[in-house]
Amino acid sequence: MANVTVPIVVTFVVAAAVVGLMVTVSRLLGPRQMTAVKGEAFECGNPASGSAWGRFSVHFYLVALLFLVLDVEVVLLYPWAVELRSSGIAGLVEALFFIAVLGVGLIYAWRIGALDWD
Amino acid sequence: MPAWLFTFVAVLAVLGALGVILQRNPVHSLLALVLVLSLIAVLFIALGAVALGFLQAIVYVGAIMVLFLFVIWLLNLETEPREGGRLLVKLAAAVLAAMLAAELAALAWRAAPGGAAAAGALHQGANYGSMAALAKVLMGEYLLAFEVTSVLLLAAVVGAVALARKDPGAGPQSSTPGRLEPPLR
Amino acid sequence: MSSELVIGAVKAIVVLLLVLNLTALLLWFERKGSALMQDRVGANRAAILGVGRRLGLPNLGLVNTLVADSLKLFTKEDFVPAGADRFLHALAPFLALFPVLVTFAVVPLGDVIRLGGRTVELQAAPLNAAVLYLLATLGLGVYGVALGGWASNNRWALLGGIRASAQMLSYEIAMGLGILSMVMTYGTLDLQAMCRAQGGVWLGWLPRWGIFIQPLAFVLLLVAGIAESKRVPFDLPEGESELVAGYFTEYSGGKQAVFMFTDFAEVVLVAVLLTLFFFGGWQVPYLYSDGFHLPGGFLLALPQAAVALLGVVAFFVKTLVFCCFQLLVRWVMPRMRYDQLMRLGWKGLLPLGLINVVATACVVVLAGGVG
Repeated sequence: MANVTVPIVVTFVVAAAVVGLMVTVSRLLGPRQMTAVKGEAFECGNPASGSAWGRFSVHFYLVALLFLVLDVEVVLLYPWAVELRSSGIAGLVEALFFIAVLGVGLIYAWRIGALDWD
Repeated sequence: MPAWLFTFVAVLAVLGALGVILQRNPVHSLLALVLVLSLIAVLFIALGAVALGFLQAIVYVGAIMVLFLFVIWLLNLETEPREGGRLLVKLAAAVLAAMLAAELAALAWRAAPGGAAAAGALHQGANYGSMAALAKVLMGEYLLAFEVTSVLLLAAVVGAVALARKDPGAGPQSSTPGRLEPPLR
Repeated sequence: MSSELVIGAVKAIVVLLLVLNLTALLLWFERKGSALMQDRVGANRAAILGVGRRLGLPNLGLVNTLVADSLKLFTKEDFVPAGADRFLHALAPFLALFPVLVTFAVVPLGDVIRLGGRTVELQAAPLNAAVLYLLATLGLGVYGVALGGWASNNRWALLGGIRASAQMLSYEIAMGLGILSMVMTYGTLDLQAMCRAQGGVWLGWLPRWGIFIQPLAFVLLLVAGIAESKRVPFDLPEGESELVAGYFTEYSGGKQAVFMFTDFAEVVLVAVLLTLFFFGGWQVPYLYSDGFHLPGGFLLALPQAAVALLGVVAFFVKTLVFCCFQLLVRWVMPRMRYDQLMRLGWKGLLPLGLINVVATACVVVLAGGVG
C-alpha cells in the first residue's frame, strides 16, 4: 500500500507546489500598476456592456446532462469489462441488454434532434 | 489507514461541507462541494474500497458537479439572498437533519467495538474493494438493480431532451426584461 | 522499508521533472517546428553571452523559448479585471494544470530494473486501478477552463469557457469508450500489465501491439485526445478570430503561462496514452528480458539493466513521435465549425465507440480472447 500512496502523495504535493508557484510568481515579480481602464472587461475596445454573467443557451445544459448519463453508463460498464472473460456469455448478454436500453435513449435523442447543433 | 490520517481527511471534508452551506456565492459553494466529494473518494480509497472511491471521483466530481456548474450558469444565480427560505422549508430541513443525525448515531453505535456490525465489518477478502469484486456483486447479486439502472438512465435522457426542447409556441427564450442580448451560444 | 519509500518519492519527483521538461521542450518545438514547416527562421535571437555562437553551435532559439519567454511571462504584470471573481481567477489555472500533472504518477516508463539485488518498478506509483485513476484526473480537467472563463467576467472568456467545457464533456465519453475497449482487450486496469501483455510477436514478426487489434479505438483516442487538449482542429474555445483568446482572454503573466503550459502538458499526456494503449508502452519489438530475438532466429543477448533502459528509451521515442504528430496536425488541418465539432463528437465518435465496445466484447467472449 505504502509503495503506491507515497509516490502519489509526493506527486500531489510537488505538482501543487510547482503549479502554485507558477500561478503566483508574476504577482511577486511583476509590476503592479492597476488603472481603471486596465480593469475593464476586454470587449475589443468598446466599453463593456455590463456584466458577462448572463444566461446562455440551454443546449449546453443538454450536453452536460447527456454527458452525465453516458458517463455513468461507461463507468458502470467498467466492472464488467475487467471481468469480461470470467463472466462469459451470461455477462455478455446482461451487458448488451444494458447497452441496448441506453442505445434506445441515444437513438431517441438523435431522432428528436437533441444532438443537432443549429 | 492510520487513525490520524482518517481524522485529518475527515475534518477537512467537514470543513469543506461547512463551506458549501456558508458560502453565499453559488460557484464557491459548488467548489467546496467538489472538495468534499473528492475527500470522500480519498476516504473510500484509503479504507480499501479502491474501485468505489475512483468511481465516486469519476461520477460525482467529474460529471455531476460539472452539470451543477452548468445549471448555475444556466439560471444565472447571483449571490444568494441573505434571508433563508420560508419557515416550512427550514422546519423540513431541521427534521431531515435530525433524522440523519439519528441514523448516523445508530450506525456508529452498531459499529462501535462490541456492537452488532463490528464483528463482520472487517471481514475483508484478498481482493476486497477491487473492480473484480465489484463486478461479481454487480453482475450477480445486484443484477436486477444494474439493469434497472439502464432504464433509469434512459428516463434521464428522455427527461433531459424534453426539458431542453424549445416550446414551438413560446417565442424567444430570453424574455428577461431589460436584457437585450440573446442567450450566449 | 523506509528506503522503498524514499525510492518511491524520488521516482515521483523524477517523473514530474521529466514531464515538465518535455512540456517545455514542446513549447520550443511548436515555435521552431512551425517555422520550419512554413519556411521561416523562427526563434533564433536570444543567446547568453553568445556562448553557442562562439562554440560554433547553430542558434536554435532554445534560449528564446525556455528562458526568455518564461522570464518575460513571469515578470509581467498579473492583473485581474475589476469585475472578476479574484479567488476563482487565480484558482482556475491551478485547476487546469494540476490534474494533468498528477496523472503521470501512474504511467509506467519501463519494465522493472534489477540493480544490486533490488528490484525497482519503473513506474512512480504501481497502482492496480491505474486506468480508473486516469479517468478520474481526466474528468477534473474541465474545471480549469470552465472556471477560468466564468471568473473573468468577460463575454469572450465566458463563451470560450462554456464552449471548451461542452467540447471536453462531449469528447470525454468517446475517450472513455476507447479506453473501455482496451480494458476489455487486456482484461486489466493496470497500465503496467497492459504493457506487459503487448510484449512478444504474432506470426513470428508482427509485434503484439494494441494498434493491430484495436485500430478503431486508436482513432477514437487520438481524435478525442486532441479535442480534449483543445488543439487545432478543435481549438474553437480559443479561436482567435472569433473569441479573442477564449477562456484566457483576461489572463496575463504567470497565470497565462500556466494555461499555455496546460495545453502542451495535455499533448504529452495524449501521446503517453496512445503509446501505452496502442504501441506497447516501453516494449521494443523483438526485445525480450534476455536480449533481442530477431525473426530470423538471430539472438543478441543483453544484460537485464540494458534491456530495461532500452525500454525507457523506446517509451520516450514513441511519446515524442506522438507529441510531434499532434503539433504537426496544427498546420495541416483547418479549424472546425462548432456544429461540426459537436456532430463529430456525438454522432461520429460516440456511436463508433459504442459499436467498438460491443464488437470487442463479442470477440473476446465468443472467440476466447483477442490475440
